[in-house]
Amino acid sequence: MAAVTILVGVFGCICYFFLSNMALDRIFPASGPNAGANINRANQIRPWLFMLPALLLLCVYLVYPVFVSVYLSFMDAQGQNFVGGANYAWLINDVKFRESMVNNLLWLVFVPAASTFFGLVAAAVTDRIRWGNFAKAMIFMPMAISFVGAAVIWKLVYEYRPEGQEQIGILNAIWTGFGGEPQTWLTSPVVNSFLLMVVLVWIQTGFAMVILSAALRGIPEETIEASILDGASPFQIFMKIKVPQIWGTILVVWTTITITVLKVFDIVLTMTNGQWGTQVLANLMFDWMFRGNDTGRASTAAIIIMLMVTPIMIWNIRNAAREAR
Amino acid sequence: MDNIVGAKSRLTWAVNLTALALVLLWTFPTFGLLVSSFRDRDQISTSGWWKAMFPSEASVQYRAPAPDSAGLQDGLYTLTGNIFDGGAGEVTAFGTSIRAPDEHVVGEPVVTDDNETVTVLANGDFTITSPTAMEGSRGMRIFATSVTPARFTFENYGRVLGGEGLGRAFLNTMTVSIPATIIPILVAAFAAYALAWMEFPGRALIVAVIVGLLVVPLQLALIPLLKLHNEIGIGKSYIGIWFAHTGFGLPLAIYLLRNYMVGLPREIIESARVDGATDFQIFLKIILPLSFPALASFAIFQFLWTWNDLLVALVFLGNSADQLVMTGQLKNLMGSRGGDWEILATSAFVTIAVPLVVFFAMQKYLVRGLLAGSVK
Repeated sequence: MAAVTILVGVFGCICYFFLSNMALDRIFPASGPNAGANINRANQIRPWLFMLPALLLLCVYLVYPVFVSVYLSFMDAQGQNFVGGANYAWLINDVKFRESMVNNLLWLVFVPAASTFFGLVAAAVTDRIRWGNFAKAMIFMPMAISFVGAAVIWKLVYEYRPEGQEQIGILNAIWTGFGGEPQTWLTSPVVNSFLLMVVLVWIQTGFAMVILSAALRGIPEETIEASILDGASPFQIFMKIKVPQIWGTILVVWTTITITVLKVFDIVLTMTNGQWGTQVLANLMFDWMFRGNDTGRASTAAIIIMLMVTPIMIWNIRNAAREAR
Repeated sequence: MDNIVGAKSRLTWAVNLTALALVLLWTFPTFGLLVSSFRDRDQISTSGWWKAMFPSEASVQYRAPAPDSAGLQDGLYTLTGNIFDGGAGEVTAFGTSIRAPDEHVVGEPVVTDDNETVTVLANGDFTITSPTAMEGSRGMRIFATSVTPARFTFENYGRVLGGEGLGRAFLNTMTVSIPATIIPILVAAFAAYALAWMEFPGRALIVAVIVGLLVVPLQLALIPLLKLHNEIGIGKSYIGIWFAHTGFGLPLAIYLLRNYMVGLPREIIESARVDGATDFQIFLKIILPLSFPALASFAIFQFLWTWNDLLVALVFLGNSADQLVMTGQLKNLMGSRGGDWEILATSAFVTIAVPLVVFFAMQKYLVRGLLAGSVK
């Protein structure tokens, strides 16, 4: 059954492109009395034929929802009655929302910073060693692991056993090895948020490393040779010659990770579900959507995420436009 | 000069050690999960996985059969048995009192206060003999220090794939991710070609909009689209999730492919036009084959993303057995079997196995895609 649907979908897609192009060639044939005019007219229409499915899907799945979400954020829980700014007023006074905002800001500072830092270090060291490619692959590997899978992996790391039993989580094993008492890491506020962030840093460092390593290799040799001749130490070369030259790339990595952070959801949902002070906006939104059954409040939370992404969006568009010129 | 050489080798050491530390830190957690998935329940809950590779030393306490059940053998009342009850292990020392559980040497007979002779062999076999009839119904306690060899099992995998329904979920995930990878490539390739090589008004604007859509958070799309799907009758179905993944993946697909296609040599395309090829022919015969690296990059991205996705599946698919994907299943297991690490670890490893294989096989394309995809 599923296989049939797959075939129908993919085949239908191919058919559309073939048939619509054939039809266009039939309506405006490139021969006969009006050949010239026909070719021109067909050339005006063809781009839109090529883009139609994409534009339709983009409009329905990404543009339309933005407007509906704005609309829903001014409506009540069922999306029936207009409630004005009530949802926003509720949001500002909601304890969980404030907690989510604080946590999101912590995430926004810590995760991009740590990922970029570790990525930069990893890129710098793996480019200089013989087994660099292997090392890169290992650090990059978590990128392929789902957030849920990562959550299971790290939950085992943070696992707690009461005192007297043998610890099976490595964190508690090390902690008790140094003489500490075993901790229930995921339920201790503030620490737990950072432990969740560690999971995302673990995943995103590979991404940062790959991009930054390519940028480091793109640095012109002459600048480095000149600094060696001037007697700069390797550390100075890295900090004062290399890093300033890849500043633009660092910024790109930073913003890309920032966007990932704003949407972080799976990790929080599966590890703590926002309890014990770890709530974040994306999970708050999901909570109100499915458990609270309140499309108004859920949409409002989504709008807040959108607003936080907007500056990066504008920055991206301006950069892309500048590059196209 | 010697000085510089010395500094260099020290630097090489530091670099190698840093790299090693990073690699260990980054692989350690995953490795732990992998090891745990091959251990049985008791092993996981009694010792850390990092001890699994080594033979483990444990104290065994065993109560011998009741003395009055001893049979007469060679004129002696004799009790025999194995302190491991058939399990594996090697006794390194034993004792008959809890105060000195390792006072006796393996293999040497020991005479107790009651004039009974106890012998314990390395494999756990023991013999208790006595010239006179033994009395009582409580057997003698034997304490032993034993070394158990590292032991691994595939049992968890069988159990998880069958009993926990992960096999079914595996198929469901395939049903989601394969079309959700192919359809956007097809749709995006045509659009990318139009945006790269065809002249029409509004082209720059559309490109700008697509760059903007790259970062629209999914969260915004969930409620409106779920409502839409319900209204037009798609509801929670595979068709719905294919469309959703296609829509969400399109901006990146178009962006990647367009950037790649723009870089293709103009001469090829123009000479084909001069030879009378239509745009459709140019696209099929020239652009598509030349764009293979970019297509592969995006395909890997989209495949990994749809395979690993939890949010879209939670929203656009149901929770029934024929629609539950692996990430959803794993999330449910974390809730219902939070302490059963053998189930969790194995399930998690099954879910991440395919992405890891794809990752290691196609890493080159993934890296290329990342480099092209990050907005510069």
